[in-house]
Amino acid sequence: MKARTLRAWSWVHKWSSLVSTAFLLMLCVTGLPLVFTHEIEHVLMEKAWTPADPGGPGLNLDQVLGVALARKPGEVPAFMSFDEDRPVVNVTSVHPDGKEGVYSFQPIDQTSGDPAPPVAGHPVTEFLLQLHTDMFLGLPGMLFLGAMGVLLIAALASGVVLYAPFMRRLPFGTVRTRRQARTRWLDYHNMLGVVTLAWVLVVGATGVVNTLATPIIDYWKDTALKALTQAYDSPVAPGQHSSLQAAVDKARAALPGMQLQFVAFPGSAYSTDHHYAVFFRGDTPLTAHLTTPALIDARSGNLAAVAPLPWYVKALSLSQPLHFGDYGGLPLKILWALLDIAAIVILGSGLYLWLAKRKAGA
Amino acid sequence: MKRGRRFTLWQVFRAPVGIAMLSLFGLVAALVGDHVWDVIGAAALASTLGAVPWALATRRQ
Repeated sequence: MKARTLRAWSWVHKWSSLVSTAFLLMLCVTGLPLVFTHEIEHVLMEKAWTPADPGGPGLNLDQVLGVALARKPGEVPAFMSFDEDRPVVNVTSVHPDGKEGVYSFQPIDQTSGDPAPPVAGHPVTEFLLQLHTDMFLGLPGMLFLGAMGVLLIAALASGVVLYAPFMRRLPFGTVRTRRQARTRWLDYHNMLGVVTLAWVLVVGATGVVNTLATPIIDYWKDTALKALTQAYDSPVAPGQHSSLQAAVDKARAALPGMQLQFVAFPGSAYSTDHHYAVFFRGDTPLTAHLTTPALIDARSGNLAAVAPLPWYVKALSLSQPLHFGDYGGLPLKILWALLDIAAIVILGSGLYLWLAKRKAGA
Repeated sequence: MKRGRRFTLWQVFRAPVGIAMLSLFGLVAALVGDHVWDVIGAAALASTLGAVPWALATRRQ
C-alpha cells in the first residue's frame, strides 16, 4: 500500500473513532446489563402470583379494556399485549393531550380484571434502556446514536485495512508482552479487534437499523397503510369502536396457525386512525421475529386487509434480536456480554494508543 | 522470527476471515434454528472467542 493511501485510511480510523468513542463506550457499558434485562427483572420484580380465578370463564378483551380504561379516566387505548406464561393482558393507554412518549401500562389478570404485578419495566432497566436508545433526547438522540454507529462501521472498515500493514511480519494473534506498553496494547487492540470484527459489525449495523425504527414505521404507515384509509375522512372516535374481541377473533381466522402478539389501536403508532392492527407472529424460530398484521375496520368490524410487512420493516424486525442477543438462550447472552467487554477493551486501548502517540509525538 | 519475512495478504487475513465466517454462521444458526441450533450457534461464536486465550498462550512474544 502506498504511504499516502495508508495515511488516508489512518485518518479515517483516527477520526471516526475519536468522534464516536465516548458514545460507543456509553453504549457498551449500558448495553452490558441490558443483555440480561429479562434475568435482572426476574430477580428484581417477580413475586409469587396466581390468577384470581384460574378455572373461571375469564374476561373477554372488551371487558379487559373497559376495566383498564376505567382506572385511567380520560386516556385512550394505544396497545394491548399478551403475556405468554400467565393469563395476563397488558393494556397501554395514553392521554390524548399528554406529553409525547408518556404511557400508562397496566398488566391485568384476565381471569378477574384485577391488576396483576408487572414483570417488566423496572425503573433501573428502563433508565439504562432509555440512555442506550436515545440519551433521553427522543428521535434526535436516536438518530445521533445511529450516526455514531455509522462512524463505528467506518472505524471497523478502516481498521481492517490498517490491520494488513501492521500484521505483515507478525503471525496472527501475536502479542508482544515484553515490549513497551504501546506495542503491547497495539497488539491487544489488533487481536481483539479482528477476532470480534464480525460480531461488532453485526451488532453495530443492526443498532443503526434500530435507530431508524421511527422513520421506518412512519414510512410504512405513509405508503403501504395509506391506501387502506383513503375511504375515510375522519378518525374513529373511541366511543365508536367496534368490538375488540370480535376484531381479534376475525383477525385470528384470517391468519390461522400464527400466534397473537399484540393489538395496535386506531390512532396509535402501529396502526391507522381507522383500524385495529392485530399483529401475529410465526411459530418457527425465524418467523417468531417476523410479524404480520391483520387490519380490522374499527367502525364496521370487518377485515380490511392482511398486510404482510414490506422488506424494510422485516429488516427492522430481524435487527432487534441480532442486536439484543436474546434469541439463543443464556449461553448466547453470556457470549454477548463477553464480546461487549472485548469491545470496551478495544475502545479503551484505541483511546490509549491515540493518547500515547500524541504524547510521544509532542 | 526471521528478519525480512513478509506474509502475503492471504496469509494475514486467512485466520481473521475464518473467524468472521464462523461468527456469522453462529449468529445466523441460532437465529434461524432452535434448540440444537442454539447450541451449535453459541458454540461457533464461543470458539471464535477461544482465539483470544489461544493467542495469549501460544503467540506471546
